[in-house]
Amino acid sequence: MFQIRIHGRGGQGVVSAAEMLSVAAFLEGRFAQAFPSFGSERMGAPVMAFCRIDDKEIRLREPVLDPDALIVQDPTLLHQVDLFKGLRRTGYILINSTRGFDELGMQEFVRGFRPSHLCAIAATELALKHVGRAVPNVPLLAGFAAITREVKLDSVIAAIREKFPPAVADRNVAAATEAYATSQRKTESSHAQAD
Amino acid sequence: MEMQPIKFYQTATFTVGNRLLGEDERSVQANMRRTNSLNSGHRACQGCGEALGARYAIDAAMRACDSRLAAVNATGCLEVFSTPYPETSWQIPWIHSLFGNAAAVAAGMAAAMRVKGRADVRVIAQGGDGGTTDIGFGCLSGMFERNDDVLYICYDNEAYMNTGVQRSSATPPAARTATTAAVGSAPGNVFGTGKNVPLIAMAHGIPYVATASVANLRDLEAKVTKAMGIRGARYIHIHVPCPLGWGSAPADTIKVARLAVESGLFPLFEAEHGEVTGSTRIRRKLPVEEYLSLQKRFAHLFGKPRDTARIEMIQAIADRNVERFGLLG
Amino acid sequence: MLKQIEGSQAMAEAISRCRPEVICAYPITPQTHIVEGLGERVKTGELQNCEFINVESEFAAMSVAIGACAAGARTYTATASQGLLFMAEAVYNAAGLGLPIVMTIGNRAIGAPINIWNDHSDSMSMRDAGWIQLYAETNQEALDLHIQAFRLAEELSCPVMVCVDGFILTHAYDRVDVPAQDRVDAYLPPFRPRQILDPAQPVSIGAMVGPEAFMEVRYLAHHKQLRALRLIPRLSEEFRRHFGRGSGGLLRTYRTEDAETIVVALGSVNGTIQEVVDEMRTAGSRIGSVSICAFRPFPLAALRQALEQAKRVVVIEKSLAVGLGGHLSDGVRKSLSGIVLNGYTVIAGLGGRAITRQSLRQLFKDAEADELDQVTFLDLNADLVAHELEREAQARESGPTAEAILRRIGTVASQIN
Repeated sequence: MFQIRIHGRGGQGVVSAAEMLSVAAFLEGRFAQAFPSFGSERMGAPVMAFCRIDDKEIRLREPVLDPDALIVQDPTLLHQVDLFKGLRRTGYILINSTRGFDELGMQEFVRGFRPSHLCAIAATELALKHVGRAVPNVPLLAGFAAITREVKLDSVIAAIREKFPPAVADRNVAAATEAYATSQRKTESSHAQAD
Repeated sequence: MEMQPIKFYQTATFTVGNRLLGEDERSVQANMRRTNSLNSGHRACQGCGEALGARYAIDAAMRACDSRLAAVNATGCLEVFSTPYPETSWQIPWIHSLFGNAAAVAAGMAAAMRVKGRADVRVIAQGGDGGTTDIGFGCLSGMFERNDDVLYICYDNEAYMNTGVQRSSATPPAARTATTAAVGSAPGNVFGTGKNVPLIAMAHGIPYVATASVANLRDLEAKVTKAMGIRGARYIHIHVPCPLGWGSAPADTIKVARLAVESGLFPLFEAEHGEVTGSTRIRRKLPVEEYLSLQKRFAHLFGKPRDTARIEMIQAIADRNVERFGLLG
Repeated sequence: MLKQIEGSQAMAEAISRCRPEVICAYPITPQTHIVEGLGERVKTGELQNCEFINVESEFAAMSVAIGACAAGARTYTATASQGLLFMAEAVYNAAGLGLPIVMTIGNRAIGAPINIWNDHSDSMSMRDAGWIQLYAETNQEALDLHIQAFRLAEELSCPVMVCVDGFILTHAYDRVDVPAQDRVDAYLPPFRPRQILDPAQPVSIGAMVGPEAFMEVRYLAHHKQLRALRLIPRLSEEFRRHFGRGSGGLLRTYRTEDAETIVVALGSVNGTIQEVVDEMRTAGSRIGSVSICAFRPFPLAALRQALEQAKRVVVIEKSLAVGLGGHLSDGVRKSLSGIVLNGYTVIAGLGGRAITRQSLRQLFKDAEADELDQVTFLDLNADLVAHELEREAQARESGPTAEAILRRIGTVASQIN
């Protein structure tokens, strides 16, 4: 079973991200579970959503306490929320930021993580560029697909098309495609650095 | 030539079976084949205004919709005296659910009839003042707001009679009830309280609102008949004296009801979509005292000394009604 | 057809397939997505021959349902928590009148303190109103139970509550198999009411019944629930034949055959419990679990059969009988009448507190060692409690309890669980 925890703020599409991810896994014939952790529902409040992917029925109903991958949609949460609680050392971290892990002051923390499992992408910028809205969830999902290979980009794209009306879907697909390519390049280069 | 006085009674519309009227203008009750929806054998008190009003109202409705009618009743006198287990006086499909939900149950019934292709079956909700103006108020407003196809009839005897004459928001000022005792410096129900549900119904903009009284049964029937010819939310508020609760003689029920109308305390009017469309003129305006003095619930106003101040305040209410609804033409 | 959708939408799909004729709805978290989904389907025409009514309160919702059902329409509504309490009078009324209304409860805690998250206090508050109560373990079962519920309700002339854990199931995306319309039609025939308001055959419904007959009327309601004990498994078996999967029934056992310790619970927590059972079985424990689906009628005989060979029973309760312990425990104890074994009540998950594998693992180990109290509050923050008790002991005007505790906890949003 692969577990993902997504952190962000209300209004950034955190819950939709988990849902789309579960749809992407479903479209590959797998079992998936996605659910939110609700606090107050106002815009801007920290929110979490969870996703589990497996090849058999998922019975577990607790929040994701030991994620295999962490997606952080809003870096301002870094020093507010205990984002990394339970994250395995072998896990993946995807952060929505124009700055790298070092610049974000996370060097100490990510020491011991495989460089190819870490990726910072400018998801908000990509979303603004292609979709015109500062909702970073779709580019981050594509980045997730790129660095974990847990779902294929095509599945993410199919999930996007299921959710949005055609015109909006097209724009999101464009954002996803660019995010995937960017993330792939980054992890390949960190593979190369690691060698 | 000797003159002998002969009493000549002009009965006209006051007579139930007046042969001077055409068939369709006569009271339903004049017809041998009346539906008798509220059959005899019920356990109402002698002189019960509500039993009288309900019988006329429902039979008129049955005539208007060719006997395709179902009714829901709130808990209260009418429900209790008409269905003493294991008997029922009702000859129509009838359901009693709870005290405060008649309007909502009726809305559900109307929806079901529609969805089952039986929109020809009309729905009436009935309740006393307690079940309508107080505990049933939320559901009533909801039904009005949705414009559900329901005729709601409120039988207003101005207190919770079935449970022992407690004050409701329809209880008039100064009236004695079990919870507004006629003692102390402000005996009876407090002035400045209460709600006027017909006006509130009008504020919802529903297709038809009317007040009626058992003092004028033909008028009551005409209003019910008119209401049945309209689709959507409709409300009829009927004034029904309760001899027990009001402390009036059972034989005086219609007289007391007429005095309420002719003093101006209970105005008869109709309204459509929030605007008054007509009112019944008062033949000769009577002082409220003539009405109040027949009821023990107001007896404390006529003690020694007379409570002139309160009687005058009640008169002022009547006068305001006369002016507001143009009752003197 | 397989779909990956929100639990609420899965339920809306199932309910749509049941051809409801009147749906009335008042919004309350966490059931709202269900009725929103149904309302939309009515508006688009996907759900035909259905009146969707926006009512002004939950009391109105159940009342409209009563009227619609009495007039012969297949009727549905949904609520939770405060809403269920607000319609309490009408809930009893519907059962007493024998009206086969189906209602979803999106299980949620009851205030004060106000809380929108999951526990079973709401449906527990209505456990003796005369409704049948079924609990869904998964979103697939939540979907399936609604189909079975209409069938069950109409055969018995008894209303049915389908209880689904709020947020945990209602707001979770899961893979579900949504049955085709013709399959549902084959399982669920059109509604044939026992009683109906029809001018062609007038009846009076809702008479006052005095001392001379009330006992008998109530006995018949009791008898109806006992009949349900036989009907529920039968309809579940028929469901399996029609749709190819097991769903519903009175209860399900999991690895209980030679279990010394058996855990009993209602609803979605059973999934997590089964994970822990598997882990502990691998480590050599003889442990199993029972997921109860029908809470009303309570399956005394079936439960006894499942539990009687065990050494101990651990009942996980998502509701609190204040001052006493649990509600489910009462039934469990009753089912074990005359059998001596250790029984433990564990109050867990109140107000949405997460029930974790880790906590359950420790709990079950303690149970195996018989080192549990009679009543345990799982994961209770003892420090917080102690501090609050001391604070209250120091001053008469100690202020509201909940707020004082929250002040000590700090920002909730920064915590994971």
